Amino acid sequence: MTFPCDKGAQVALKIAHTIQANKDYLSEVDGLIGDGDHGINMNKGFTMFADKVGDTQMNLSEAFKTLSRTLMSDIGGSMGPLYGTFFIQMSRKAKGKEELSKEDFAVMLNAARDGITELGGAKVGDKTLMDALSPAADAYQAAIDGGATFPEALHKMKAAAEAGRDSTKDLVAKLGRASRLGERSRGVLDAGATSCCLILCALADGIEEYLA
Amino acid sequence: MQRIINNPDYVVEDMLKGFVKNHKDIVEATDNPRVLKSKHANKPGKVGIVTGGGSGHKPAFIGYLGKNLVDAVAVGEIFSSPSAQAFYDAFVAADNGAGVACLYGNYAGDNMNVKMAIEMAEDDDIVVKKVVANDDAASAPKDTPEKRRGVAGEILMWKIGGAKAATGASLDEVIAAAQKAIDNTRSIGIGVAPCTIPAVGHPNFTIEPGTMELGIGHHGEPGIRVQKLATADEMAEIMLDVVLPDLPFEKGDEVCVLLSGLGATPVMEQYIVYNKVEELLAEKGISVYRSYVGNYFTSLEMMGVTLTVMKLDEELKQLLDMECESMGLTQFGRDAK
Repeated sequence: MTFPCDKGAQVALKIAHTIQANKDYLSEVDGLIGDGDHGINMNKGFTMFADKVGDTQMNLSEAFKTLSRTLMSDIGGSMGPLYGTFFIQMSRKAKGKEELSKEDFAVMLNAARDGITELGGAKVGDKTLMDALSPAADAYQAAIDGGATFPEALHKMKAAAEAGRDSTKDLVAKLGRASRLGERSRGVLDAGATSCCLILCALADGIEEYLA
Repeated sequence: MQRIINNPDYVVEDMLKGFVKNHKDIVEATDNPRVLKSKHANKPGKVGIVTGGGSGHKPAFIGYLGKNLVDAVAVGEIFSSPSAQAFYDAFVAADNGAGVACLYGNYAGDNMNVKMAIEMAEDDDIVVKKVVANDDAASAPKDTPEKRRGVAGEILMWKIGGAKAATGASLDEVIAAAQKAIDNTRSIGIGVAPCTIPAVGHPNFTIEPGTMELGIGHHGEPGIRVQKLATADEMAEIMLDVVLPDLPFEKGDEVCVLLSGLGATPVMEQYIVYNKVEELLAEKGISVYRSYVGNYFTSLEMMGVTLTVMKLDEELKQLLDMECESMGLTQFGRDAK
């Protein structure tokens, strides 16, 4: 099974709509140990992207490049450069492809993780979005290495992202603004891991919807 | 929430429009609505001074655009870093071919966006070097300076860096002066009531009535301890007890003191604290060469004060004394004593 890249805009918009639908939830999570604006800023960036795309058809590489540019130039903060890097790395690996194999998607996912690691320096356990992203990329890779089908591997990725997000509840923040709280950051989900999980799950669902 | 705004999602945009209208003799808009520049920015051969950060800290950051100060500023959302594009556009606006000194505060988002903007500038052959302010002595232990936040000491860093650039110094000389300024500076804050981001609508941290938080950050980051609300004189002593041993400041030192309100503190009360600060410094044999009291670096309507002390040498005194003109800081020149 492969993903037809000409459905790129649909997948990117599915991610944008997921962020829009979870605006208040993300701000609520952020408000517990951050300044409560995560949902507002994420919604602002993804909504600008959705408005730019409208009904335009784009291949996956173009759609993710446009999304990346929007996040980097319009939302700033920490999430602009982090998710901007996530989507530009995916875009580069999808460039020139008409169809994505399950192996191609693994390359995209790993590139996204490497790009964010290089920029932000976060490791698993630091209570950041990396706690959702890294296990998700590992689970996906392990699944296809073990012979799983494309949809099976996507399901493994989603489950690992959710487990990774939930793991941040018991962690003490080591990076970013919440790290200033030390022990007081324990007991609360990380907002970045929460939004990253939403993005990964919407991405997986979007890909799976068009697999043929 | 009792505030004087329109759409809470557009407070930064609305504020910028009013700022440019009122200060049109000092600043001007650029093609990027999130970048403002000084009318004094473009002097041939002068090193450009750029800063940037989240909004909500007026007069910081745009209030320090002006003569012998900052040349271009990247403007973020409330308490949120400007984008890499905004920092890059600020570099372009401030560049006169002699390079750009990016002087900003140590926050995760700003670090990432500046890093990406510097890479973008490299592609266009604009040389950008940076100094990252970390003057908040309460934000991390002394042995981890890379974890300390930049706070009101940034103003003194801009003053020194901006004055150095105005002397015609090279980029490396400007960077060295700004780095020396921040290395010689320590700050601490006390919060007595929290602030509210308009788009969020409620305070994201609490300070119980009758208490105060020592070491609170510019966005409400938790401090060293919460304690019973003290008198102004006690606050002066408590803040100096953290700041002085950290550098350390010692008998015989000459210093610059900057005492800023956090937004909702009456200026009258800031002078009450300053009175005791200077008295205590004198007792320790530390003389105040120059001082600033007022709302220089705020956190929306947080109530509280920050104390910043910079140890001076001859170069810093001369640069501190240079005339400057901006919304946040205007002074006539004077010869060093």
